[in-house]
Amino acid sequence: MTMQIAEPVSLTPPDARARAHAAAARDSLRTEPPAVRVVIIALAVLFLSVFVVLPLVLVFAQAFSKGILAYFAALANPEALSAIKLTLLVAAISVGLNLVFGLVAAWAIAKFEFPGKTFLITLIDLPFSVSPVISGLVFVLLFGAQGYFGGWLRDHDIQILFAVPGIALATTFVTFPFVARALIPLMQEQGTQEEEAAVSLGASGLQTFFRVTLPNIKWGVLYGVLLCNARAMGEFGAVSVVSGHIRGETNTMPLLVEILYNEYQFVAAFAIASLLAMLALITLIAKTVLEHHLDEGQDVNDH
Amino acid sequence: MGLTLSWLSIIILIPLAGLFVKSLELSPEQFWAIISSRRTLNALRVSFGLAFAAACVNLVMGSIIVWALVRYRFPGRRIFDAIVDVPFALPTAVAGVALTALFAEKGWLGAPLAALGIKVAFTPVGIFVAMIFIGIPFVVRTVQPVLQDLDPEIEEAAGSLGASRWQTIIRVILPSLAPALLTGLALAFARAVGEYGSVIFIAGNLPNVSEIAPLLIVIRLSEFRYADATAIAVVMLVVSFVIIFAVNRLQRWAQSRIPAR
Repeated sequence: MTMQIAEPVSLTPPDARARAHAAAARDSLRTEPPAVRVVIIALAVLFLSVFVVLPLVLVFAQAFSKGILAYFAALANPEALSAIKLTLLVAAISVGLNLVFGLVAAWAIAKFEFPGKTFLITLIDLPFSVSPVISGLVFVLLFGAQGYFGGWLRDHDIQILFAVPGIALATTFVTFPFVARALIPLMQEQGTQEEEAAVSLGASGLQTFFRVTLPNIKWGVLYGVLLCNARAMGEFGAVSVVSGHIRGETNTMPLLVEILYNEYQFVAAFAIASLLAMLALITLIAKTVLEHHLDEGQDVNDH
Repeated sequence: MGLTLSWLSIIILIPLAGLFVKSLELSPEQFWAIISSRRTLNALRVSFGLAFAAACVNLVMGSIIVWALVRYRFPGRRIFDAIVDVPFALPTAVAGVALTALFAEKGWLGAPLAALGIKVAFTPVGIFVAMIFIGIPFVVRTVQPVLQDLDPEIEEAAGSLGASRWQTIIRVILPSLAPALLTGLALAFARAVGEYGSVIFIAGNLPNVSEIAPLLIVIRLSEFRYADATAIAVVMLVVSFVIIFAVNRLQRWAQSRIPAR
């Protein structure tokens, strides 16, 4: 952004004192003295470096602290491999489910008016502000041995808690808002005109959705999926409550980080952590690229 | 469509309703006994107190970061802009072990701080630090777009009418940012209260001193004291509800104040 210097005041000030005052004021209209500027930038950079950059650098430094061989040995450990596999599986399930839910929810909220809409939006946001531990707890209460469905599940020999379905459910719950949240503003902004045109030209509901709506929101969908995936792979609190920590079976990558760390296997813990940190960094880069596309898409719509 | 939506709300509503129904199985006296026990009260106090303090730090530091990112040019600005999102994208367990290793007595920052006699890791200060870490993006990302869209003419008008720069910031810019700042504060607070992964590693988890409420829920669950866990969860949930409700109200208020462009 360029600093705009105010246009000279067109009215002639009544006296020299006022003129001098106006000139001084113009100089400081939209910026601060250089000293203040330097201090503010330094504070911002220092704060971000200490609180964000340093921990990130430390993860990689610790992971490679015993050399690159130890790093790969830690990753090739069967426990690590099974955790990576489980994490990928769980993320695939919950991203898939949330993609469908998110599309439907955003479609309904953005394109239709119905009673209870605000309530629904609040509901969708809820997993964002609920503690992940509580998200896990609700599934324990539902499916646990003393839970509401616990008895029925035991009779039918279905294992949800302390198994993959429970982990996938809890992850889905926690990542629920991402796709819907990415799409609602986008779809609202695009309005319903194009869909109405398609329908009036004889397209069916599904045709309209796949041919008109979906191409318009494809970057938004990708954006939502990206954030949803990052959170799904990294979820800790909710998964920790429902997983049961069975080694080699129900440990996801974040859980394995915790276990290894508590066993003082720092290289192994930080090796897994470095994979997750890499995922976060790739997600951020992809997100920046997508945001660029989203902005462009909006510009095209505007003009 | 209606069917899908109902199903959708069921996915979220049933689990939460289950939580409240479970807590209704307790008599009010039992509920109160759990909540007012010393350990629970202390855990809630640690969670809410430190989360609020951390959110306040984030409010101040977040505003400074937003100001630097939006108003000034400096080398690496774009990179720092992207870095703001790291606490949001980084899995909490990773953040937890990284912050702990950083602030532990032999860590990169822990060692110099220990020399000064400041202990961060395994104390309430550590919880505070972790909560600051996870809260930064919320303040920055809610305030940034508002400051970017702020009409430059208002500032110029204030300045040319004789307001000092400080007066312009306090009386003109700050009021326009107020809804976004409060929203950011609320979001950072809500996130910090419920945070588990990045806090438990650095916390030390000493009952009554550095034990956060979410950890107490996990402990009660592992002891199969489901009622205790539920009661604590209900208290936290009610506060979350109030916060989201307030945030939605704030956003509506902000929209009604700023005319549509």
